[in-house]
Amino acid sequence: MANGHAAVMGGNAGRPTESKAVQWIRANLFSSWWNTALSLVLLYLLGKFLFWFVGWGVTNAIWYGAATECRAVKGIGACWAVFPEKWRFILFATYPYEDQWRPALSCLIFFFLYAYSALRRNWNTRLPAVWIGGLLAIAVLMWGGILGLAFVPQERWGGLVLTLILSTFGIALAFPLAILLALGRRSHMPAIKSLCVVYIELIRGVPLISLLFMASVMFPLFLPEGITIDKLLRAQIAIIGFAGAYLAEVVRGGLQALPKGQYEAADALGLSYWQATRMIILPQALRLVIPPMVNTFIGLFKDTSLVLIIGLLDILNAAKTAVSDPAWRGFGPDVYFGVSLIYFVFCFAMSKYSQRIEGELNKSKHR
Amino acid sequence: MAVSSAGSGGRRGSSMRLSLNDPTFRAIFWQIAVIGGFVLIVWWLISNTLHNLEVRAIATGWNFLSREAGFAIGESIIPFEPENTYSRALLVGILNTLRVSIIGIVLATILGTFVGIGRLSKNWLVSRICSVYVEFMRNLPLLVQLFFWWAMFQDAFPGPRQALQPVPGVFFSNRGIKIPIPAEHWVHGWMAAACIVGIVAGVFVRRWARARQATTGQQFPVFWASVGLALGLPFVVWLFGGAPVAMDWPALRGFNFQGGLTLTPEYAALLVGLVTYTGGFIAEIVRAGILAVPHGQTEAAAALGLRKGPMLQLVILPQALRVIIPPMTSQFLNLTKNSSLAVAIGYPDLVSIANTTLNQTGQAIEGIAVIMGAYLTVSLSISVFMNWYNKRIAFKER
Repeated sequence: MANGHAAVMGGNAGRPTESKAVQWIRANLFSSWWNTALSLVLLYLLGKFLFWFVGWGVTNAIWYGAATECRAVKGIGACWAVFPEKWRFILFATYPYEDQWRPALSCLIFFFLYAYSALRRNWNTRLPAVWIGGLLAIAVLMWGGILGLAFVPQERWGGLVLTLILSTFGIALAFPLAILLALGRRSHMPAIKSLCVVYIELIRGVPLISLLFMASVMFPLFLPEGITIDKLLRAQIAIIGFAGAYLAEVVRGGLQALPKGQYEAADALGLSYWQATRMIILPQALRLVIPPMVNTFIGLFKDTSLVLIIGLLDILNAAKTAVSDPAWRGFGPDVYFGVSLIYFVFCFAMSKYSQRIEGELNKSKHR
Repeated sequence: MAVSSAGSGGRRGSSMRLSLNDPTFRAIFWQIAVIGGFVLIVWWLISNTLHNLEVRAIATGWNFLSREAGFAIGESIIPFEPENTYSRALLVGILNTLRVSIIGIVLATILGTFVGIGRLSKNWLVSRICSVYVEFMRNLPLLVQLFFWWAMFQDAFPGPRQALQPVPGVFFSNRGIKIPIPAEHWVHGWMAAACIVGIVAGVFVRRWARARQATTGQQFPVFWASVGLALGLPFVVWLFGGAPVAMDWPALRGFNFQGGLTLTPEYAALLVGLVTYTGGFIAEIVRAGILAVPHGQTEAAAALGLRKGPMLQLVILPQALRVIIPPMTSQFLNLTKNSSLAVAIGYPDLVSIANTTLNQTGQAIEGIAVIMGAYLTVSLSISVFMNWYNKRIAFKER
């Protein structure tokens, strides 16, 4: 908008014969001698970088072949050949090779669930049912043991599907926890309020790694003898507890931003606390905080990569393991570059989606 | 609301039976129920833990702190040998965490401010490049970025003999980054002292100038006087010390470099990763802060006849900082907490050393308590300070 405005201004200043593009370039790149110098230097550097990048990533890159071919172009060309060789390990890690269609199908179900819930016309009572059905199907696919599928223990799960499981369940279960914590922090009951404050501040004050360490070495000590829960579940619990505290602060922001009249009106209607919260307060408060909430989701999705520190084979750890193969050692930057694109696609999609939904939800405010 | 209903409930309470419909009684009932449930769960967990510790014969207590650590630490500000105690090892870890966090916070703030202002540039190319940078930093996990930088040092940079030399004297190799520093000289300590004296003197000059302006109306160039004091005094001391100009240049001897300042690959990768990542977030905060000051404020300040400097200092910055400070604090805390990812690339920060300690001694509870205690101390003290500061600069309504 601002650009268009500037172009129009440039047009009004004279030279009606110039085309729109020339006017735009004049206004946005060469408006003063300082801007001209800056643009020229940046164009030169950018051109040089792009030339190198295309040379490295496309023309000189090895797309397919053995590691020896990659070594021949090391430094001048990227080694994408590691992906045709290792993609199944990076995506599915140690899941039994002949059964890897199961995590692949699970990923597709996850994608379907994300796409289905992204459309606002599907935000109705059928949504929870679809999710429960989808997650059940994923559980059956991943574990197996019924319907003729071989049983696969959780220790062998890994790759992309592990990242998706950790982040999806992390978000889905942290959400109710966060709402309870936020309501508790706003409660008038001092005991409940202080419990929630202490929990939120404690969790937000320490790094996620310390919680993951706690999950991996201390949880087993907490449980009665004979009961053990596997590492994935322990990490999942730590992630839910962590995300819950951060989300709770976001939800609290929404609760605080709601005008006091809404609370009073709900009381005046004679609604009970839970009725008022469910029907009046939360629908408005949550709508207010959708953008920061999605930011928290993005943060959580990125943070699931930390589980590699306690030894879970998520997609990043699978990539790390793939480059520790002696044949492909030395191609770390190439592989991490590739994996970072996967993360980027997910996070970028989420942030664009949140911007769109923010615009849609704020339509009522524009007149 | 709650007060009034609690009051009426209390008054009615004398005539009514205790029932869950009475708000006061209900509040007390629920609080007792929640606290009771909480205590029960904690008691259950503690008794399980005590039982498990006994069964597995794990020692408890803090005695291990005075025992010999027995492991070497790659880099440290204070001298450390494997014969030293665990407590000294943990101290090394805390110092290493502070070393990367403090330098990282300073550099990330500088980078973020430049990128944030760049995003608002009228030059389309500058603003585009800055927003692409921000999008990439915000949408990639820090851990991936750390691995990428670390792998760059490990795999992409040559050995010391073919080290890259972007600027004469600065070397990039798989052994890390080498930077020339001024050769050690006794005058450096005095220069640091002179700088502190200069800053303190600057504060006094500011006070004096304010008092003078209040009584006589005459202005004094406080900013340039303070800068002059803070930089000029060390310069004078340097001249008195004989103006030593000798530099300690890194030079290739045998298979590695000697001399100069060394940043190990782990430290360099962690610092670069933390600074570029946090810089992306700080850029957005700076941008929001600048946009939060309406253009009318600038125009009003100009209408009052303020020059550019006082305008920035008295009108723009106080309003922008009010928006910037709270999220900026949480970014500083995030950077400090994120420095714990050092454990993944082998930089010996607090988490990494505490992890080694708990693996060697088996005392998981104490090890994690050390980590959490250290981070909580830093986080809570910074948030207390920031809350105080925030109250001080908050918008004062009539």
